[in-house]
Amino acid sequence: MTVQELPGAGASHRSTPPPAWRPRTDAAPLLPDPEPYRVLGTPAADRLDPELMRRCYAELVRGRRYNAQATALTRQGRLAVYPSTVGQEACEIAAALVLEEQDWLFPSYRDTLAAVARGLDPVQALTLLRGDWHTGYDPREHRIAPLSTPLATQLPHAVGLAHAARLRGDDVVALAMVGDGGTSEGDFHEAMNFAAVWQAPVVFLVQNNGFAISVPLAKQTAAPTLAHKAVGYGMPGRLVDGNDIAAMHEVLSEAVRRARSGGGPTMIEAVTYRIEAHTNADDATRYRGDAEVAAWKAHDPVDLLERELTARGLLDEAGIQAAKDAAETMAAALRDGMNAEPVLDPMDLFGHVYAEQTGRLREQAAMLRAELDAAEQDAAEQEEEDPS
Amino acid sequence: MTTVAAKPATMAQALGRAMRDAMAEDPSVHVMGEDVGTLGGVFRITDGLAKEFGEDRCTDTPLAEAGILGAAVGMAMYGLRPVVEMQFDAFAYPAFEQLISHVAKMRNRTRGAMPLPITIRVPYGGGIGGVEHHSDSSEAYYVATPGLTVVTPATVEDAYGLLRASIASDDPVVFLEPKRLYWSKADWSPEAPAAVPGIGKALVRRSGTSATLITYGPSLPVCMEAAEAAREEGWDLEVVDLRSLVPFDEETVVASVRRTGRAVVVHESGGFGGPGAEIAARVTERCFHHLEAPVLRVTGFDIPYPPPMLEKHHLPGVDRILDTVARLQWEN
Repeated sequence: MTVQELPGAGASHRSTPPPAWRPRTDAAPLLPDPEPYRVLGTPAADRLDPELMRRCYAELVRGRRYNAQATALTRQGRLAVYPSTVGQEACEIAAALVLEEQDWLFPSYRDTLAAVARGLDPVQALTLLRGDWHTGYDPREHRIAPLSTPLATQLPHAVGLAHAARLRGDDVVALAMVGDGGTSEGDFHEAMNFAAVWQAPVVFLVQNNGFAISVPLAKQTAAPTLAHKAVGYGMPGRLVDGNDIAAMHEVLSEAVRRARSGGGPTMIEAVTYRIEAHTNADDATRYRGDAEVAAWKAHDPVDLLERELTARGLLDEAGIQAAKDAAETMAAALRDGMNAEPVLDPMDLFGHVYAEQTGRLREQAAMLRAELDAAEQDAAEQEEEDPS
Repeated sequence: MTTVAAKPATMAQALGRAMRDAMAEDPSVHVMGEDVGTLGGVFRITDGLAKEFGEDRCTDTPLAEAGILGAAVGMAMYGLRPVVEMQFDAFAYPAFEQLISHVAKMRNRTRGAMPLPITIRVPYGGGIGGVEHHSDSSEAYYVATPGLTVVTPATVEDAYGLLRASIASDDPVVFLEPKRLYWSKADWSPEAPAAVPGIGKALVRRSGTSATLITYGPSLPVCMEAAEAAREEGWDLEVVDLRSLVPFDEETVVASVRRTGRAVVVHESGGFGGPGAEIAARVTERCFHHLEAPVLRVTGFDIPYPPPMLEKHHLPGVDRILDTVARLQWEN
């Protein structure tokens, strides 16, 4: 008798089969292709949808401009910090574009651009990084979870939300984003495992941008690719060129479709590169060479699409200019919004800790109120003494 | 008015009944955790729930506490009211990042837009002969985390009433179950559960005039026994059961200590940085001129939880409480 034949061993001995609405089998192969999937510059580009690609192009240009503006705002001290996605815009934009209105996005701290591409006001998206409040928007209104700073911890949330929606009979897919470093965290594993066991309608998008701050992928994992990790959980893993927005859109759309139709979760590894440093506080020259950065700049997501569309006659100078103009309009609005001093009420500190304030918090709120009143009175007296 | 005869019921039964009644009343209540379904929980607290409500409402999850609580966060974000079981106190530690970084902060970080009504049931404390990692009193970690409500019943009525209140709360509640009281009994009827005050209210379990014992959860019966024994020594002890550590019912505690003029805080968890330290400080601040002696504490030692054959030396018992009460006879 082999181990597989013993009672309780193997899937055939499951005591309770999963309910009918959670089909366990799916035609999709589990093992990822050895090479990242590409569309741009290949014969597959013949089937590009011109309208969709022009929209992708406009969003990419806007995304690039957004990154530049946000980085400029850190230099002006308007943002405490900004983790740039220059070079990764195709991942961010595609993630936002494949979702329906009722779907949910679970971004990491680096994914403000995905939130903006989904329709979130750029100023609201940057509230966390400016420092006036942790989340500047109502997650339910936009169906965008708060940007998660602890790595991979938002992934189980995506699974739980998708599972809950499915239990309620709602047509909702959750797309959760994480970086290559985040795949080493326990929460990544637990989320993937829960999603597969529950066959939750979730798509995991791993942006492998080469480095977890300074640690390269080779020191992060011994797996052949991050996409291979999906196999062990029993879900398909896809490897895709993260700078090729046509490929990203196709692979993400397919995963969203599978999730929506009850086919369960998919994990996608987008191979991309972080052109800028981890944040403005990081010195990337300490851990990588110029040649490597230059090679990736030659594989730029905006250029890749622009070349393809121009060569095919799907985009002309006027189209390029229109995209640039729209991006400038967004950047100007973002500058205006960020240059306006946020109006903060210190009493807000106590407003949202519990549904009903505790006695302790009422006491501490009264203490702060008194301090504020005293400071105001001091300022008024100062004004009286020295009206100049 | 129909009267329902109260029968002996255990705390375990009352807890299970609380979840059952909450699930029956509100389809958004979901119970989840390791072993809560088919087995009914290792303590049988969730016995029968999967059978009555189906596996989608009472779910055996993969064995992963961060995953369980993390998934519950997402479920609550979508409008469900998850009731999560952590099986044993020390098993909850892998879920601490979810608890502290997300569960406790979600309402705050979204300015109230995204409350998380999650109840986290944590069987806690010693006295059942459990081996390492099965007897921790981890309440100090929870009470030090803003955004969490922390409650702990000590009676059968409170097990039902406080768990119902926790599940109904729009805030996350860490529900600490004193596992050595699971089999304690009281005359109680699930058909007509006694009305008990909700979260945030302490109760005077025994009136007295000489000193106040301030306690909660597994130490309440020990304090009640100590109060009886103290009568022989001429002490008439008042016993206050906190029931809720956050919010902390300072008024009931302060009123009691102002009446008696002496106070001892009793709990199983370690003394240094434990809840008793906070309570003693608050009582001292607010009752200084009423106090005849310093506020004293009887706590577990400041050691990792000992092996079961030694735990009786660690847990606050009647004798240690009485010895401490004797020290309240303060002389300069």
